Amino acid sequence: MELTGAEIVVRCLKEEGVEYVFGYPGGAILHVYDALYNQDDVKHILVRHEQAAAHAADGYARASGKPGVVLVTSGPGVTNAVTGIATAYMDSIPMVVLSGQVPTKLIGNDAFQEVDAVGITRPCVKHNFLVKDVIQLAETIKKAFFIATTGRPGPVLVDLPKDVTAAKTEFTYPRKIKMRSYNPTVKGHTGQIRKAVELIAAARRPMIYTGGGVILGDGSRELVELTRLLGYPITNTLMGLGAYPATDPQFVGMLGMHGTYEANMAMHDCDVLVGIGVRFDDRVTGALDKFCPLAKVIHIDIDPSSISKNVRVDVPIVGSVGSVLRAMITMIREEKFQPDAEALAAWWRQIEQWRAIESLKYNPSTEIIKPQFVIEQLYQVTAGQAIITSDVGQHQMWAAQHYHFDRPRQWINSGGLGTMGFGLPAAMGAKLAFPEQDVACVTGEGSIQMMLQELSTIKQYNTPIKIVNLNNRYLGMVRQWQEFFYEKRYSMTYMDALPDFVKLADAYGHVGMRIDRPADVEGALREAFALKDRTVFLDFITDQEENVFPMIPAGGGQNEMLLAGKDKMVSTHEEGMILV
Amino acid sequence: MNNTRHIISILLENEAGALSRVANLFSARGFNIECLTVAPTEDASLSRLTLVTTGNEDIIEQIVKQLNKLIDVVKLIDLTEGPHIERELMLIKVKATGEQRAEMQRLTDIFRGRVIDVTDSTFTIELTGTSDKLDGFIGAVHSDNILEVVRSGVTGIARGQKSLHV
Ligand SMILES: Cc1ncc(C[n+]2csc(CCOP(=O)(O)OP(=O)(O)O)c2C)c(N)n1
Repeated sequence: MELTGAEIVVRCLKEEGVEYVFGYPGGAILHVYDALYNQDDVKHILVRHEQAAAHAADGYARASGKPGVVLVTSGPGVTNAVTGIATAYMDSIPMVVLSGQVPTKLIGNDAFQEVDAVGITRPCVKHNFLVKDVIQLAETIKKAFFIATTGRPGPVLVDLPKDVTAAKTEFTYPRKIKMRSYNPTVKGHTGQIRKAVELIAAARRPMIYTGGGVILGDGSRELVELTRLLGYPITNTLMGLGAYPATDPQFVGMLGMHGTYEANMAMHDCDVLVGIGVRFDDRVTGALDKFCPLAKVIHIDIDPSSISKNVRVDVPIVGSVGSVLRAMITMIREEKFQPDAEALAAWWRQIEQWRAIESLKYNPSTEIIKPQFVIEQLYQVTAGQAIITSDVGQHQMWAAQHYHFDRPRQWINSGGLGTMGFGLPAAMGAKLAFPEQDVACVTGEGSIQMMLQELSTIKQYNTPIKIVNLNNRYLGMVRQWQEFFYEKRYSMTYMDALPDFVKLADAYGHVGMRIDRPADVEGALREAFALKDRTVFLDFITDQEENVFPMIPAGGGQNEMLLAGKDKMVSTHEEGMILV
Repeated sequence: MNNTRHIISILLENEAGALSRVANLFSARGFNIECLTVAPTEDASLSRLTLVTTGNEDIIEQIVKQLNKLIDVVKLIDLTEGPHIERELMLIKVKATGEQRAEMQRLTDIFRGRVIDVTDSTFTIELTGTSDKLDGFIGAVHSDNILEVVRSGVTGIARGQKSLHV
């Protein structure tokens, strides 16, 4: 039987096992919406802004490991989604975006609601397609899912002209797809793995540094096994938190700009660095010329272009993290590689000294709510089990520092693009993936207002989440930089005329709470999480000028950390001033 | 690290937008691109793209990796890594009156070019060779006498049995 292009789209989604599509209708995509109407295999979530569709699909993907699917119309529909697509691209999140397009005959004519979607998204997708003939539709969608979910994952956009979704053809969905130009390497090179293992075994001051790639590649189990087998210290990037249990003593905390003192010092002094599923991002390395000056570097990654991009690598291994780590474990076991116990003990003694500095400590208060305290209480009240999404700013760093993530896919944030507004729609996506789990969005009064309208979507689809708003009446992270680097000239960072979030929550049909005393923090959180089937907006009035510590100022080396209380931040290096 | 000139030869899926992906990559990542040529091959589904770029070892490594990462890139080689033949075609229109005519003809012969169009005051000369050789010819003609220069951009192929194919 012949199907229309629109029906084929829906059938393809079904074949791919897609549970949810996040989208917003409009003229060019109407045929597809019509095909969605009389079926219930694929559920559609109607967001209130296309950016939220992409973030929600992204949150769903990060929580579940399955690709997120977005459906938008042409023109403003797809341009609105671009920020969400770019966010997913920077963090390598598998996503398929289906966008409506004007009919093929009108393409290039400046038709109503026409934009060059393929051109606009090209720099922020893994790949994209314009389908010009319904005959190619099913295969193109198959390719889109294949490309989005394999190798280093990423968003793929398929642009669908309206006439293509109307045209008819026989539907067959290809079982398998082979592309001569796309064949990601999975298995690591055995010779390279051997070199790495020898280097690891000979290390005296080893350091394991892992990132989002371990989570994306489902390599957490292997990572834990290898790390425990070796007894080496391990640090995670902001994107990699949860891949190794944060409550394990071998975990020395997050590294980088706002990482722990022990993690950054150990990075700086290590002699063998094992980078796994990381990309040596500038938030992690600080000044490149001061990065791990003594270390031989091993780098395992699925993307060859990540290797030696920022930092010269001595032993590169291209392959999927899980399979490479498995091969390493087997080799270490079979050949009984033994680390130097004495050197390792001395190294741990040094690390414990750094750890004793307690770089995440802050000044507690009984008068005013400290933002760190809220996160600590959130951790306690949820027994460390909740899925936490965050927006971007100080609250994001405090959540990363003070909520100890013990499992992968528990911590969901926009690390690469740093997109304010990500947290709320991402929480909704995560909740849809795991309806039985507690999901909290840690946010600030700045970020939350960028996607506030999604409170309505959350109501419509009954995805109860808890919003933990650390309300400091400032664009805190920017204010912190202005305090340190611009002599407290708080240019445009004070948020006046904030809405009454309690009333606002109520207006959207949710529960609102305003908490301004430290003594009430725990009780409010308990009450909120007890309301299982309600979304609760917790507006915590926090210490206005609290800063995120420790900190490596832009341009600084890993051993040039500024600690809370001890160091007064003056100006950073001149070269640092031009960095962000 | 020294900057060196590289000729990268690519087999590209003959898809709409494939060329812009390559061009986009160079502008987005700030890589230098000196020249770019594209043409169909004997296989209708593939185009052959040759590009010339300069950079140090690290940059060239990144360029090659990033190009390989593009889904439309089927295969590529850096021709400058081995023995290879480089050719570029130039059409150059020069003033040619009086004594200049014999002089221009002699110069063309030295460079093994051909005069392919003649008027009472101009010659149009065709010349093939490496970019260096074409530069050499331009250098040998007084700039006042050059009316127009058209160059095809570099193409190249590996010497010997090595070949780039799918
Ligand atoms: C879309 C977007 N615009 C601007 C920024 C720059 N920026 C980074 S953090 C920040 C302040 C965030 O303020 P808030 O959400 O209140 O969080 P806080 O830092 O106070 O915890 C800003 C403006 C950004 N990351 N994203």
